[in-house]
Amino acid sequence: MNFDFSDDQKSLKDQARKFLADKAGAKVTRRVLDNPEISYDEGLWRGVAEMGWLGAAIPEAHGGLGLGHLELCVLAEELGRAVAPIPFSSTVYFFAETLMLAGSEAQKAALLPKLAAGEIIGCFASSEGPGSPAPLNIQAKFDGAVLNGVKIPVADGDCASHAVVLAQDRSDGAPASSRHASQGLSLFLVDLSQPSVNRTTLKTLDPTRGHAKLEFKNAKAERIGTAGQGWELAEAVLDHAAVLIAFEQVGGSQACLEMATEYAKSRYAFSRPIGSFQAIKHKLADMYVAIEVARSNAYYGAWALSTEAAELPFAAAASRAAASDAYYMCAKENIQTHGGMGFTWEVDCHLYFRRAKLLALQAGSPAVWKEKLVKRLEQRNAA
Amino acid sequence: MDFNDTPEEATFRAEARAFLEANCKPKVAEKDRMNRSLRGVDYLKAAKAYQKKKAESGFAGITWAKEHGGRGLPPIYSVIFGQEEAKFEAPAAPFAIGLGMCLPTVIAFGSEEIKQRYVAKALSGEEIWCQLFSEPGAGSDVAASKTKAVKEGDDWVVNGQKVWTTGAHFSDFGILLVRTNPDVEKHKGLTMLIVDMKAPGVDVRPIHQASGGSDFNEVYFTDVRIRDDHRLGEPGQGWGVALVTLMNERLAVGGSYGPDYKEIMNFARAASSPTGEGSLMQNEAFRQKLADWIVRAEGYKLAKFRTMTALSKGQTPGPESSIGKVINANQMMDIANTAIEALDHFGIIDDPALAPIDGAFHQSYMFAPGLRIAGGTDEILKNILAERVLGLPQDQRADKGIAFKDLPSGR
Repeated sequence: MNFDFSDDQKSLKDQARKFLADKAGAKVTRRVLDNPEISYDEGLWRGVAEMGWLGAAIPEAHGGLGLGHLELCVLAEELGRAVAPIPFSSTVYFFAETLMLAGSEAQKAALLPKLAAGEIIGCFASSEGPGSPAPLNIQAKFDGAVLNGVKIPVADGDCASHAVVLAQDRSDGAPASSRHASQGLSLFLVDLSQPSVNRTTLKTLDPTRGHAKLEFKNAKAERIGTAGQGWELAEAVLDHAAVLIAFEQVGGSQACLEMATEYAKSRYAFSRPIGSFQAIKHKLADMYVAIEVARSNAYYGAWALSTEAAELPFAAAASRAAASDAYYMCAKENIQTHGGMGFTWEVDCHLYFRRAKLLALQAGSPAVWKEKLVKRLEQRNAA
Repeated sequence: MDFNDTPEEATFRAEARAFLEANCKPKVAEKDRMNRSLRGVDYLKAAKAYQKKKAESGFAGITWAKEHGGRGLPPIYSVIFGQEEAKFEAPAAPFAIGLGMCLPTVIAFGSEEIKQRYVAKALSGEEIWCQLFSEPGAGSDVAASKTKAVKEGDDWVVNGQKVWTTGAHFSDFGILLVRTNPDVEKHKGLTMLIVDMKAPGVDVRPIHQASGGSDFNEVYFTDVRIRDDHRLGEPGQGWGVALVTLMNERLAVGGSYGPDYKEIMNFARAASSPTGEGSLMQNEAFRQKLADWIVRAEGYKLAKFRTMTALSKGQTPGPESSIGKVINANQMMDIANTAIEALDHFGIIDDPALAPIDGAFHQSYMFAPGLRIAGGTDEILKNILAERVLGLPQDQRADKGIAFKDLPSGR
């Protein structure tokens, strides 16, 4: 039994924590929070690119470090802990993972080295409005030459240079949509710098990460992956992203617990530290238990992701369900432990509370993942 | 990351498996293990015979030093044997407390003579031990024990009452926490003794539990004489001895009992949804709850894998293993309650002939409240997590600097 990260992976984690303590943290996150004109922190983004993190899981042949997904999980936890205001998840967990899962050699050769170098920012566009995207509610269309449609919201869509877009595939030879609900959809690669793409920045609960509405009006696009397999591919990308985001959520939850614990030790009420009251102790112990459950499920997800195990769909859903609930709980109880101070703009509690909600929604809501978890367990039992 | 044994661990696991296959029956259904009284004479006989075979084959005292009849292996091997043993109908329960908690304390604090006299016979299953700590007025606050021992010549004379003693009715010996000095602070006036459970003046009475069964006892002591050479540790240092015992308890309690998420899934396919349409398994609210149970049960299982990994690397797991009991007892109750409520009015029937899976959900419902209390209440375990893992300050105490005899006791 070796259900833990290796010593090398742990030292990467230490290195990442030191780097982010220096280059990121609340001060940097607040620069983006307090300035609606900026979508992300460019200095931190360049620093992360120089460290090679954008290409941690990208093969060396494509300009990456050629490490693996376990290393990427370790980095994700630290980025989550730091509430990093950069488009890392969209670029790495979604865009790069899509390319690596389904991109042609030419697509990978053209984009992965630039992505690893921090020269392009990717995003993943599937939602078209309220509710979980489903095969039958995707209206965006590719007619064989150009893409039309509206995607809202798109995480980091305001700063991204490239997007992967889920759309109906009406090109010649694409499977007809009548056979299967999920058929007829494909993923498309779109350069967002073209004038036929219109972006509108969106106001969100977490202004430390950008969001946009993307409108495509006869935009040039090329298919990525097999025609008609867009839905299945999008689901596979989401499973990858779910595990990686779960690590960000675990990192954020842990930061909340540590912040609340420190405060409970130093804040006095009734002439004693509030952490000596059982009402506070039990709250923090509950947070600890939720994090241990989330961390253990996330480790399983990491194992499944790194070994391309058949258990990945189940493990990804469990990782995500556990981590979304844990972060929400830890972020709100961190505010509660801080009392009135926790409700001020100056104290950092709300940075985590905002990010917790973004991460819980970015790859599908907790309820959606819980349903996936049960469905996947039923499928596994039936098999 | 991998889930494989090291070659040495794999060899040991195979040996354990071969031993178990030769000596135990395959596992029967979960429900038959619930709420079962351990009092049956046949069961006890079988348990003693099984323990003897374990000792002869090197599977008793796996982590104990060789000089004490053990095998001197790291804790991971004990975990591996436990994992394999759990797959069989192995009658190991009567020895769990004695060998898991009492004898390690005897080994740590007993004199050479005491160890010579007791350790081997306990390991071979010839003698069974119990732990006598809790009292009617000393549960979570076990250091408030009142059972009194007064020195008369070479003997201690014991009077008082212990409660919730697992296995007292079939035990030969016990470790007994007594008050030997009421004139000092409560933690400083305690002493640990070894008591012969068959001695005159020891009266064991079964407790009739709220669940209907009787798994625990009250034990009354009337002028029970214990020789001073049966003391563990110095007089007045019994609390330090008790802490060594209790450290082992956390590892012993925390498994899950009763129908789990897999069993309620089976049940839910046949049960109807409260909406009146379709099965419970198709009900959205049920599926969301089920997901939460899966996440917690799998999370706990995987957390144990992380503990095993630490053990396998020779590290010692800390009080974080307390999370198991906090998760499992509540979840067991929630699953049982959900199944019962899904039956609507019919859910009130707990007759095994009529209730689903022979009434296992109902048994679980009635047993779970006890599990939230046994081996440290959920509240005490959360205090332990908060204080020992997170480093929060202790609660302010009303008993500091006050002699035990002057403490308010509320009665």
